[in-house]
Amino acid sequence: MSSRERILGRVRRALADAQDPRQDDTPPVPEGPGRDPQYEQAVPRDYLREHGERSVAETVDLLAENLADYRAIVHRCAPADLAAMIAGMLAARGAKTVLVPPGLDPGWLAATDAERIPDQVESTPHELDQVDSVVTACAVAIAETGTIVLDGSPDQGRRRITLVPDHHICVVRVPGQVVSSVPQALERLDPARPSTWISGPSATSDIELDRVEGVHGPRTLEVVLVEGQASADVTS
Amino acid sequence: MSGTFVGMPAFPKAAHEAVHDQTLRGNLRHATHTIRAKREKAVSEVSDWAALREAGKRIKDHTLRHLDRYLVQLEESVTAAGGTVHWAADADEANRIVADLVKATGEPEVVKVKSMATQEIGLNEALEAEGIRAYETDLAELIVQLGKDRPSHILVPAIHRNRGEIRDIFRGEMGEWGRPAPEGLTDTPAELAEAARLHLREKFLRAKVGVSGANFMIAETGTLVVVESEGNGRMCLTLPETLISVVGIEKILPTWRDLEVFLQTLPRSSTAERMNPYTTMWTGTTDGDGPENFHLVLLDNGRTDSLADEVGRQALRCIRCSACLNVCPVYERAGGHAYGSVYPGPIGAILSPQLRGVGSEIDASLPYASSLCGACYEVCPVAIDIPEVLVHLRERVVEGGAVTERGNKVVLKPAKGHAAERAAMRAARWAFSRPGALRAGQRLASRTRRLHPRSLPGPGKAWSGSRDLPTVPKEPFRDWWQRTNGGKDGAK
Amino acid sequence: MRVALFLTCVNDTLYPDTGRAVVKLLTRLGVDVDFPMAQTCCGQAHYNTGYRHEAEPLARHFSDVFGEYEAIVTPSGSCGAMVRELYPRMGERARAEGRGDTLSATLAPVVPKTYELTEFLVDMLGVTDVGAYYPHKVTYHPTCHGLRGLGLGERPRRLLQAVKGLELVELPGAEECCGFGGTFALKNSDVSAAMGADKVRNAESTGAEVLCAADNSCLMHIGGTMARLSTGMRPVHIAEILASTEEEPAV
Repeated sequence: MSSRERILGRVRRALADAQDPRQDDTPPVPEGPGRDPQYEQAVPRDYLREHGERSVAETVDLLAENLADYRAIVHRCAPADLAAMIAGMLAARGAKTVLVPPGLDPGWLAATDAERIPDQVESTPHELDQVDSVVTACAVAIAETGTIVLDGSPDQGRRRITLVPDHHICVVRVPGQVVSSVPQALERLDPARPSTWISGPSATSDIELDRVEGVHGPRTLEVVLVEGQASADVTS
Repeated sequence: MSGTFVGMPAFPKAAHEAVHDQTLRGNLRHATHTIRAKREKAVSEVSDWAALREAGKRIKDHTLRHLDRYLVQLEESVTAAGGTVHWAADADEANRIVADLVKATGEPEVVKVKSMATQEIGLNEALEAEGIRAYETDLAELIVQLGKDRPSHILVPAIHRNRGEIRDIFRGEMGEWGRPAPEGLTDTPAELAEAARLHLREKFLRAKVGVSGANFMIAETGTLVVVESEGNGRMCLTLPETLISVVGIEKILPTWRDLEVFLQTLPRSSTAERMNPYTTMWTGTTDGDGPENFHLVLLDNGRTDSLADEVGRQALRCIRCSACLNVCPVYERAGGHAYGSVYPGPIGAILSPQLRGVGSEIDASLPYASSLCGACYEVCPVAIDIPEVLVHLRERVVEGGAVTERGNKVVLKPAKGHAAERAAMRAARWAFSRPGALRAGQRLASRTRRLHPRSLPGPGKAWSGSRDLPTVPKEPFRDWWQRTNGGKDGAK
Repeated sequence: MRVALFLTCVNDTLYPDTGRAVVKLLTRLGVDVDFPMAQTCCGQAHYNTGYRHEAEPLARHFSDVFGEYEAIVTPSGSCGAMVRELYPRMGERARAEGRGDTLSATLAPVVPKTYELTEFLVDMLGVTDVGAYYPHKVTYHPTCHGLRGLGLGERPRRLLQAVKGLELVELPGAEECCGFGGTFALKNSDVSAAMGADKVRNAESTGAEVLCAADNSCLMHIGGTMARLSTGMRPVHIAEILASTEEEPAV
């Protein structure tokens, strides 16, 4: 007997007391999200879709507040000022090289003279480690938790490019890319894409359960909220 | 201290030393009280906590109830997304699968994300025996590994160490494993974290094989989720060419949407944050992004035995947040090592005796390592009634009975060493079933009250070693009641 | 209303003053209290130590003794929680063991009408000011089974705050277990003693003369620790404070 059969057999015997014959008629396995009525019945979802009532502007403010609370550096600007702002951030950091995802809006880097390093499959981790900064867009940002989510789209690049360099600049188009809550963010994401949820720079609580920022991931996370843009305006 | 939990003494004996170790008591008190207050604040921000907790419990219960189907569905979706699924009935089989997979890559080392499942099966030791070096990359795991120590907490395995001890370990041991600690390293947490960053970076950048566990596996999509803080998880999950994830079969959630519950409850319960710094989600393999080879090892190792126990199976809801450890007054004083398992604290006291059986001295003593105060149940984000399971396992120890071991139904004999207690409980039941006998006993105690000592010899010392005995009154209440007609006769 | 006092075996044997205080207090509030002489023990120690089957006859006996009353009042949070929380569970377990609904049906009548004393005062009688007088500085320890099992909440504090002359001071770490835990105090005496000592130190830090709780089992452990550490503080059951009046002050 294979271990697969052994384990499945053990599970079935273990559940002999709990099997409700009614539920055996139709498999509880959902065909897609939210499509299985029995599962929906088994799990009450009377928790909130979002916490509190806020205007769009207030939601963006909350995002900024919570990002900053976890030590991300938050900037806000109009679309016309974005290139200058990014150039300023790179210059302030003394960044000579910057990683660029293939689909990044070229206009965002129009004002910097840092050398652009393309995100490509051949790069080794050691090479990425030599790059000073990385600039990306994001897939969605969550106000209640101060989280930005990357999903590997062309304007965000491979997961490792936002990991190895020590300085990450992430541009969020507001309000279009901002949601209030975790449930709303999951609705916008495609499970087939690899995703990285980022809430502030890397941190640890491993020494006396006190939080210290800055371990293996980028120790500086700067988030730019570009105002007055729905995400569709930019990506289309 | 050795790095294994084999041959641990019973809990009270192991706790005896910890209770009197003032440094340890101070470290644990400081850490647990810090996180307790933070957790309370993080949870109070969410007005629908009770509803999230109930939903989490129901999702887990539903999944466990149909676990066979969800396992098969998960296998299909992971395979369809480019992963390979392996099944391991026990620790040995899981270790063999991982060792063979690593050997096939020809690599002599792996980098590891902190994972309870691989700790549970002793993967590092098994790989070492095959000539493969496993590097722990979580800061606390690194402290434990460098210190040749054992983990004492689920979330913060080095919680028993303070900053000064950690500095000493880094200074003394880092050079043996790779890049030495920086000159003049102090004990400030930021400097210690920086030392770990430098030490591990070379290992991350050259790693070809990563080993992880997972917090969640989504049956419908085949997605795995790892929740972390430091970025070591991202390093191990995205830089190597091969990724091997060893995950307990109970970690399944049916749908993508279910994450909306647990990604709210886990960070707030665990590190007391609105959200942990990094969460990685991946579905099989992605061309040009992350590992080209992904292996998922589904681990039983006693979980189906727990599943067969209708009271005990609720322990399989656990999402390893460690909130129960942080509020537990027994854990705070006994420390994690006394629990003799990688799963310490209240959850460990109900998990270890189920995964390993109650045959050993330590496992038979764990169900008693609690005052049943209920603080653990109160904070549990999936509402595991830990006191209920503790009492249930006490029953298993003293009464024996039918249980499942490695998939087979067996009948346990009552544990040895409880004969005197059993006799006393029976005698008490006999007396309490007869009010006359109770009264005779009370009167005897009252009549001899002047002869009672303030402290007791022999087994009674367990009480009177640290506490005075109560004085027995002149007469029991029932005699007063009868004598005074319920106080109505005015007599005092 | 026919109200029965379920005093508990520990109070009956070791703390008759608490029983007399409950009788005095309830009588003062116009409640006709009876003490069924056939009462013994609820079975909590048996159940919690793993001897559920030994506890079953005691639970049935409890139901026989108290089943006819309209309300059952007990000055013990843990024994109250035993009846309210664990009797139903014993019934469920018996059913799961294939023994049918008999035990459930036998125990069902006593479950909803068992009240811990402060619950009975606040919820059933609707009083918080019981006309007590107790001119002392007091700190209150909420015992675990009362706090988390029965959900007594603020009831005991509200009762204490209404007592004339009483100065109530907050106990640091109040909601942390004192370390008694029944047989835990014997089986894990080192940890239990350490928890007790911390509780007593916290109590001492308040400067109170009296540590008050609604459960004498915990007070036996805390009081025994206080005596051993020579703190000069006294453990007092809440019933004795609430029974105390200017005419008949408790000592």
